[in-house]
Amino acid sequence: MQNATVAEAPVSLTYRDAVREALHAALRDDPRVFLMGEDVGRYGGSYAVSKGLLETFGAERIRDTPLCESTFVGAGIGAALGGMRPIVEVMTVNFSLLALDQIVNNAATFSHMSGGQLNVPLVIRLATGAGRQLGAQHSHSLEGWYAHIPGLRIAVPATIDDARFMLAAALRLPDPVLLFEHLYLYNMQGTLTEGLEQVDLERAAIRRTGRDVTLISYGWSLHKCLAAAATLAAEGIEAEVLDLRSLRPLDEATIMASVRHTHRALIVDEGWRSGSLAAEIVTRIVEQAFYELDAPVARLCTAEVPIPYAAHLEEAALPSPARIAAATRELLVSARGP
Amino acid sequence: MRVEFRLPSLGADMESATLTEWLKQPGEHIHRGEAIATVETTKGLIDLEAYEDGTLSELVATPGTRLPVGAVMAHLEVEGGAAPAAELNAPPPGAPAPPAQAPPPPAATVRAPQAERVRLSPAARRRAHELGIAPETLAHAAAPGAIVHLQDIERLASAPPAAANAARAAMREAIGAAMARAKREIPHYYLGQTLDFGPARAWLTQHNAQLAVGERLIEAVLLIKAVALAAARLEGFNGHWREGRFERSAAVHVGAAIAVRGGGLVAPALLDAHAKDLAALMSEFSALVTRARAGHLRSGEFTAATITLTSLGADGVDVLYPIINPPQVAIIGAGAIRDAPWAIEGRIEVRPLLTLALAADHRVTDGRLGARFLRSIAELLADPQRL
Repeated sequence: MQNATVAEAPVSLTYRDAVREALHAALRDDPRVFLMGEDVGRYGGSYAVSKGLLETFGAERIRDTPLCESTFVGAGIGAALGGMRPIVEVMTVNFSLLALDQIVNNAATFSHMSGGQLNVPLVIRLATGAGRQLGAQHSHSLEGWYAHIPGLRIAVPATIDDARFMLAAALRLPDPVLLFEHLYLYNMQGTLTEGLEQVDLERAAIRRTGRDVTLISYGWSLHKCLAAAATLAAEGIEAEVLDLRSLRPLDEATIMASVRHTHRALIVDEGWRSGSLAAEIVTRIVEQAFYELDAPVARLCTAEVPIPYAAHLEEAALPSPARIAAATRELLVSARGP
Repeated sequence: MRVEFRLPSLGADMESATLTEWLKQPGEHIHRGEAIATVETTKGLIDLEAYEDGTLSELVATPGTRLPVGAVMAHLEVEGGAAPAAELNAPPPGAPAPPAQAPPPPAATVRAPQAERVRLSPAARRRAHELGIAPETLAHAAAPGAIVHLQDIERLASAPPAAANAARAAMREAIGAAMARAKREIPHYYLGQTLDFGPARAWLTQHNAQLAVGERLIEAVLLIKAVALAAARLEGFNGHWREGRFERSAAVHVGAAIAVRGGGLVAPALLDAHAKDLAALMSEFSALVTRARAGHLRSGEFTAATITLTSLGADGVDVLYPIINPPQVAIIGAGAIRDAPWAIEGRIEVRPLLTLALAADHRVTDGRLGARFLRSIAELLADPQRL
């Protein structure tokens, strides 16, 4: 071994590690930043995201809260108004409903109601989604509801890069940002893009290019779409896969550009179909790119039931790569003629 | 009384047509002359009109099917016919009125299956528009009920000779069949006469000066009216040759030969042209041209013509020797109106001259009557107030 300089392999890490690194960096770089939520300190976070942060940053900045979402989200809003940069963790989006009044009536409205004098630079991190047999009260995908609310920014990191850098982007904004981390993704392994130092919170990303159809999704569904696209590629179907990243605002320009390219779109959303974000995207495509469409816009959403506990039923309720591939084939088969 | 509505023959050469759309649904009341269905023929899309008033009771033919001429397409209930049963049930005079009853709930409207329109995806429709492909022509390309996608349009655009020309070829064939029959069966004689169009043109200029742009007349309308009046006056040119004899028609329906986009021509009729004033003829003529070019003529217009006028003046020919459109027995061809020397009372003047050519059926008339017919048209054009 005379020459020890080997090309440094990119370090493999999990999505969980990436979020923890993001928290660590935010706490390290800005003394105004602190983390608050149920079990984030001594327990290390219910998904072990904040493990070790208490030891590093101390109880002043890693604060365990009582089991009362309205209180600690409200406290976060107050701290943000007072000049801090709080990161509030809500264990799952289901529990955030207990803080709905604080989020929707206060955080989202202060800037508007104060004529821009009071900003709420608050980041709320929430686990969302199903797939881990956590039962109906811990498995729902309600981010689409929050995307309805003016005054909030809704972002969904689906990749290791976004898990690592979206938090900093959110903290830079003067408005409340909700970051939805799909609980199934915490164990996902990957590497950070070399040299990447920041990401935006506005733009959707094309994660795979294709000419035949655009699969539009976010969060865990993105990875199901990518898996389906790989299957379809073997059949000669080139699916473009679009990661929304931001649910509010929606990056219409990127969506329409892709639809103009492929002329067909399938929206895959773990939320329910009725009154959904998927419905909103369909509408915007029809409004803005109707004459580009070569087939009706299709949707694949979660079955309209509370997410079942039983593994086989839970699996059956959710979008899966096989179902996405089937829906895509159906969308294309009519185009190829009988 | 229940009557059958059958696919009419919309031309001597027509053997069949494809039903594209029902324009009326069972239960609807229909007036004579109202369009009740659209069929696709070699001459394009044609609206079929009802022959009598009545109520559409049953649709027999389904859209998308090809029907032979004479096939029963629907059943109508028409007024008239015995209705004694109803009378028996009527209350005797003076009997108390039956107790008032709540009106029955309106019957659920059952829509007959929607006619097969050509189903294009929005992207395909836009591309077709960009390429100037009319959706109607795609009916030939698409299987019934199939959706036409962008890819189909691109395919069609990249291989135009095969698919897009199918409709054109069919029309070519239809014209060929009709003209071959005319030349084979009808002993044509031809007469030509050149006339001074100056008086007609002067009158027209003066007349139009008083009218709004949209109401102004064109020279063709004067010709149509002159032909119609002359045909109404002289027996032997206005009518049809059927089963070995001439059937004269009292009304003059002048068929106007109209070139259609992409080649071919049709000669739909201006009904009762002899009895209409010039303004009415003008508006009907322009509507007819628009509909003919859009491929949307009515069945009556196709079969009704009793004489035809055809013109190639715009293309600069001096004389057009026409071929009779069977079962008609006469046709007038008009050339260009051209300034040329013309002798008047021993002087030579430059006048706008028009040469009319008559082709007439020798089984019905002789040249002498033909000459009178042409002269009569020329006289009318020389004194346009009479038109």
